[in-house]
Amino acid sequence: MIQLIAFYLFAVMVVGSAALTIFARNPVHSVLWLILAFFNAAGLMLLAGAEFIAMLLIIVYVGAVAVLFLFVVMMLDIDFAELRSGFARYAPLGVLLIVVLAAEMIFAVGAWSAGSLALSQRIAPTPDEIPNIQALGTLIYTRYLFIFEAAGLVLLVAMIGAIVLTHRARGGVRVQNVWQQNKRRPQDAVRNINQPVGQGVEL
Amino acid sequence: MTEWFQSLIGHGLGWFVATLILILMISLPLMLAVAMVIYGDRKIWAAMALRRGPNVVGPFGVLQSFADGLKVFLQEVIIPSAANKGLFLIAPIITFTVAQLAWAVIPFGKHMVLANINVGLLYILAISSIGVYGIIIAGWASNSKYPFYSAMRAAAQMVSYEVSIGFVLVTVVLWSGTFNLSGIVEAQRAHVFGIINGFGFNPLLFPMAVVFLISAMAETGRAPFDLTEAESELVAGYQTEYSSMVFALYWLGEYANVLLMCALNAVLFWGGWLPPIDWAPLYHIPGIVWLFIKVLAFFFVFSWVKATVPRYRYDQLMRLGWKIFLPLSLFWVFLVSGYLMITRYGV
Repeated sequence: MIQLIAFYLFAVMVVGSAALTIFARNPVHSVLWLILAFFNAAGLMLLAGAEFIAMLLIIVYVGAVAVLFLFVVMMLDIDFAELRSGFARYAPLGVLLIVVLAAEMIFAVGAWSAGSLALSQRIAPTPDEIPNIQALGTLIYTRYLFIFEAAGLVLLVAMIGAIVLTHRARGGVRVQNVWQQNKRRPQDAVRNINQPVGQGVEL
Repeated sequence: MTEWFQSLIGHGLGWFVATLILILMISLPLMLAVAMVIYGDRKIWAAMALRRGPNVVGPFGVLQSFADGLKVFLQEVIIPSAANKGLFLIAPIITFTVAQLAWAVIPFGKHMVLANINVGLLYILAISSIGVYGIIIAGWASNSKYPFYSAMRAAAQMVSYEVSIGFVLVTVVLWSGTFNLSGIVEAQRAHVFGIINGFGFNPLLFPMAVVFLISAMAETGRAPFDLTEAESELVAGYQTEYSSMVFALYWLGEYANVLLMCALNAVLFWGGWLPPIDWAPLYHIPGIVWLFIKVLAFFFVFSWVKATVPRYRYDQLMRLGWKIFLPLSLFWVFLVSGYLMITRYGV
């Protein structure tokens, strides 16, 4: 009973906040609705018994990705009138995307329930006594170790690529040399003198 | 208690009522503790600056926080006309709520934990990463320059330090083999030489305890990393436009977060509710007392640092997070996993 209520609560919130992400007039509100959608999706994962994925969703998407996203959107100066003017022009493309996505979903669900994939080959939920993390860890680090590491390598290359593409070394910029700053001692900068009254100080 | 309620008013409802009471049993004393800790913080700070601190309301001024609370409660909530009203009011509620949420998984004793979940540590990471939204939203919704700068600073600061906190937690998890906080405390029993309780006494994990303590200060925005509310640059940071009770919500939330970080320090590295030495007579003192002693000791360290260390510059803060703590903690993950691999599995 309480699970059912929770499911419908989370599901309605996900769909509602996802819709509001699109319809919100203010981009910052949009991102905040998106965050609410992530959060409720994590709730759905929790109900499905995937507590590790749920926590990861919050830590990675809500905690890091969305913060940076919000960061960028807050800084942007967006002209809404201009954004909305292209609506009619992009509408056919949008409709096409919707049709493709819907068709793919129908195909996927159809293929899944057609039963051509044997039931035994579908991933079974983990037994209760093994925690989610352990089950996932055993699978990733033993059976799919090389694929997992290859995925990590791809991410590393992508990261290096992003840094190489965006980094530009500017000449003539004054930067602080932290080592020199830390090496500096009071006697390098301050001189205590006991000057008699009436005489100037030699600098 | 849950069983008793369930026998009385049915399974589902009994669980609900019992959990509700347990939540209140954590959050009400927490608020009381926050009030006392604010008083303690001011007293310690005053003593280190050779001042008296609050000394008028009640004996030695102990009731000062309650007087302050009553005062802000009776004041008017001022909402700037240019502010985004809804978000402006939601932001302090987020901070205040999130500060209490994480206490659900903190073990106060052997079986004294509200939610004994498998992913306790991840839950805490998740909750602490949500905490930043209270500040970002406040900064943006205030529609004022200084709060906005503060929000930007807070976002960058918390995301940076969460990275190194994550790696520090990985070393602890590697050693204890579980994400469950009660399990982590149990793993620290007789950890060093078979007699001392606590990962922090382990020379291999001690540096990580220090990194965690410093990162915790940065994560909660306490001095010397309180750049989000640096009064010399940003007036009062993200709280500039807030007044009365909504301001007090930030205040309470902030101190609840500080207490949470102290409790995490105690639970992850210094044995939580275990006595420091694995010696039978010490176990007669209830575990919650040991936890309180440790939490208060860490709170004293937080106040001490606040009173003595000057504020960091922003580039120094970022340098410490990304160029020192991140490589160090990453290397330590490597070191600890290597050590465990050799000692436990003999490779």
